[in-house]
Amino acid sequence: MMAMLATPEIFLALSGLILLVGGVFKGDAATPKLFVLTGLVLAAALVLLASQANYGTAFHGMFIADGFSRFVKIILLVAAILSLILAWPYVARHAMQRFEYPILILFATVGMLLMVSANNLMALYVGLELQSLALYVLASFRRDHAASSEAGLKYFVLGALSSGMLLYGISLLYGYTGSLGFETLRQAFAGQTQPALGVIFGLVFVCAGLIFKVSAVPFHMWTPDVYQGAPTPVTAFFAAGPKLAALALLTRVMIQPLEGLTPQWTQILLFAAVASMLLGALAGLAQGNLKRLMAYSSIANVGFALVGLVAGGEAGVQALLIYLAIYFLNTLGIFAVMVALRRNGEAVEQISDLSGLSKTHPMLALAMVTFMFSLAGVPPLAGFFGKYFVFLAAVKAGYVALAIIGVLASTVAAYYYLRLIKMMYFDEATAPLDAVPERTVTVTAGLAALAMVLFVFYPSFLTDSALVAAKSLFY
Amino acid sequence: MNSMMPSFPLLSTITFLPLIGALLILLVARGRDEAQSATLSRQIALWTALGNLVLMLALFAYYDPAIAGFQLTERYNWIPGFDIVYHKGIDGISLWFVVLAALLTPICILSAFTIGKRVKEFMIALLVLEAMMIGMFTALDFVLFYLFFEGVLIPMFLIVGIWGGSGRIYAAYKFFLYTFLGSVLMLVAIFAMVLQAGTTDMTAMLGNQFPKEMAIWLWLAFFASFAVKTPMWPFHTWLPYAHVEAPTSGSVILAGVLLKMGGYGFIRVCIQMLPEASHLFAPLVLTLSCIAIIYTSLVALAQSDMKKLIAYSSVAHMGFVTLGIFSGNQQGLDGAMLVMISHGFVSAALFLCVGVVYDRLHTREIARYGGMATNMPHYAFVFMIFMLASVGLPGTSGFVGEFLSMQGAFQASTAAATVAALGVILGAAYMLYLYRRLFYGALDKADVRAMPDLNIREYLMFVPLIALVLWMGLQPNGIRDYIKATTTAIVTDYQTMGRAAP
Repeated sequence: MMAMLATPEIFLALSGLILLVGGVFKGDAATPKLFVLTGLVLAAALVLLASQANYGTAFHGMFIADGFSRFVKIILLVAAILSLILAWPYVARHAMQRFEYPILILFATVGMLLMVSANNLMALYVGLELQSLALYVLASFRRDHAASSEAGLKYFVLGALSSGMLLYGISLLYGYTGSLGFETLRQAFAGQTQPALGVIFGLVFVCAGLIFKVSAVPFHMWTPDVYQGAPTPVTAFFAAGPKLAALALLTRVMIQPLEGLTPQWTQILLFAAVASMLLGALAGLAQGNLKRLMAYSSIANVGFALVGLVAGGEAGVQALLIYLAIYFLNTLGIFAVMVALRRNGEAVEQISDLSGLSKTHPMLALAMVTFMFSLAGVPPLAGFFGKYFVFLAAVKAGYVALAIIGVLASTVAAYYYLRLIKMMYFDEATAPLDAVPERTVTVTAGLAALAMVLFVFYPSFLTDSALVAAKSLFY
Repeated sequence: MNSMMPSFPLLSTITFLPLIGALLILLVARGRDEAQSATLSRQIALWTALGNLVLMLALFAYYDPAIAGFQLTERYNWIPGFDIVYHKGIDGISLWFVVLAALLTPICILSAFTIGKRVKEFMIALLVLEAMMIGMFTALDFVLFYLFFEGVLIPMFLIVGIWGGSGRIYAAYKFFLYTFLGSVLMLVAIFAMVLQAGTTDMTAMLGNQFPKEMAIWLWLAFFASFAVKTPMWPFHTWLPYAHVEAPTSGSVILAGVLLKMGGYGFIRVCIQMLPEASHLFAPLVLTLSCIAIIYTSLVALAQSDMKKLIAYSSVAHMGFVTLGIFSGNQQGLDGAMLVMISHGFVSAALFLCVGVVYDRLHTREIARYGGMATNMPHYAFVFMIFMLASVGLPGTSGFVGEFLSMQGAFQASTAAATVAALGVILGAAYMLYLYRRLFYGALDKADVRAMPDLNIREYLMFVPLIALVLWMGLQPNGIRDYIKATTTAIVTDYQTMGRAAP
């Protein structure tokens, strides 16, 4: 019964269908219940995943469960649960209490899990589209809000374009190898010193499609608009879940089926990494909108993560996984603070909205300052370790110049993180914020901040499990 | 290696006690009203820092000055997968920086009693800063070293930015970004060294084990970081801003301890780990040091702002430090150490002196004062002692270090020693000129005349510093005995390995 390997996904998909039927019957009045139930379902999937003992492939090699997929899936499920916690107060306030919200998150999560476990280009595409379709709807979920609809539309049009590119690349790879399975692709490319031009074309298109999904330069343009327009908790989910899933997918595709083409894809990703780090750092300087800033910050951070993939090998993938695990929690924490802070019922959007926060909301400001220093990579916070391992892997693989560009970019980016700290701590408050933030959200932010601070005391918890996960990719 | 190892991890306790104090403030002062929480946090901070001072004194009971290597070492696994260990220890060099940090923090806290806004946060920042500083000087693992080296930026950035003067934001940014840029280059060099040596343990990297080609690049990267931190001319431009805008206690800790991180790094990393490259670059450093001494002394002469003047004088004094270190001989290194220790006390005291009148008149303009010897004789006397120590008068702490570092420089380069000696004259000129403008002349300004003399709290800050300055000046061997075994070993290694290659 190899299908047992997919138990969490099957359980999530079935629960999603049942919840959907329940939602249709009960209507929007059941939304609060559905939020709780979805959270419980996700938590149950987490337990199922954690208790899974076997690794291997299932469904005729379409689906793979290994240490890598398990590591990433745990993070994805945690991210989904946290984003539900953040979403509830926002949804309740903004007349978005429609029962589809949690169910769409659930289906997007199933899609992400399938992406991570895809062992076949067709399975990869199906997972990716399941995730994307749910996300298109979520981006425009606040349908009476022009920016939200715009974000959804932009995301959809550009996402469809990138899917097209990806499919075209897949078709070329299929044409040259006659297979879609990762295992056969790997064998077909193994030892090819001079791959056919068509294969290179296929590789470029696959890379382009995936780079689009991880929002690295040069296919990053949609990110700021979608981040800004989508409802804040949805943006939080975008920044943590799908980005991580897409990066994991990219990693698996590059390391496993396309292993034989490593010299070729390294060049592509090297460019994407350098350009993302630089553009994310420089363009972020000019932003006034907090969500746009986070979008550029995420572009820069994807660049840093890609450095790990470019470095390659177990060390590189391990560094990438450590980086992503820290980054996802860091980002969710920042969005938690943003959701918690409201002015006239609207979540804060402008950087200047944060001015004087240290006086009005000292604990939230403290959490935010922790996240900012952590994102800037200042020790002893967790973000520093993410950067440390990534650049260590780069230097180890001989990419010293890449590491130097990376650290310089992180200095530039530090400027805009400092700007937020300046707003919160050095400036006086302008207009008052609404008084009482939701307990659940502030607790989430507080715990995430605490994790950033305490990481230094027990880092091997993460580094060791990331190593196990990275090792499972190489066989 | 030492027969008298303490029964508990002394260095870790000294490092983390301030953090516990900070945590205590955070917990205890919650939910109380402003005044109550301020008093409480001041007291907790002061007692924590005093407790750390006592622990620091206990170091002397266990430290054996006759041994050259690292003592009181602690070693635990930290990130086993990457062979990163929690490794701590002190030798004759780092011991004194721990002393500086532990001594100056309680004095800083005392001086910060005049701070009225966000007292709780300020005290927490000072305690975190102390933990970071001591952690950095006692770290023997490169990751741990970097962690604390950079971690200092967080509290210091906030101290300058929140409690600073009118230009605090620019100053805080400049401080942070300058040092951050220098440090990240150092981080890349650390990667290269770690990969070459196969461990992050600093003790395993001592000696000359990096190929020359590589060592040159490593040296330059470390130089970028330490030259900014020290600061050396022309990387010093952040310092005057940070000093001028920082609150008094921030300036004190900045001048007293933070600047020494650069000098310490030069000794520990450049001299001890990259001797060949250091030997190669020594003429460059000596030249920059001489320029720093002359140029910043001249700039100091032209200042109208007290804090800026003392800030520039710090750069000049740090010139003597780098001069001594890169002379590469016993006198030079001893001299550099003594200048650093003396400067730690003296510049800290001078900034405290500025703070005394700044608290009363809220201006740092030298021209706004004058004739204070008449109405504030005690203050004038205290100021004079530190002024003379800064000038390097025999009998004060400043003399021994400058003398030795110039003696060391003389052996390395006569020209450098000559230029540095000229700098001493300029140093006397700007300090005496400052003193004349502040304390002599007519007491014709009503608000200056109305200022009261030192109060008890201020006496408590100054008396220990005066005692230390005079003790160091009259009994220089008291300190030299503790550093000698270490510096001798360092210099011997440096001379054999640095000159080994053509």
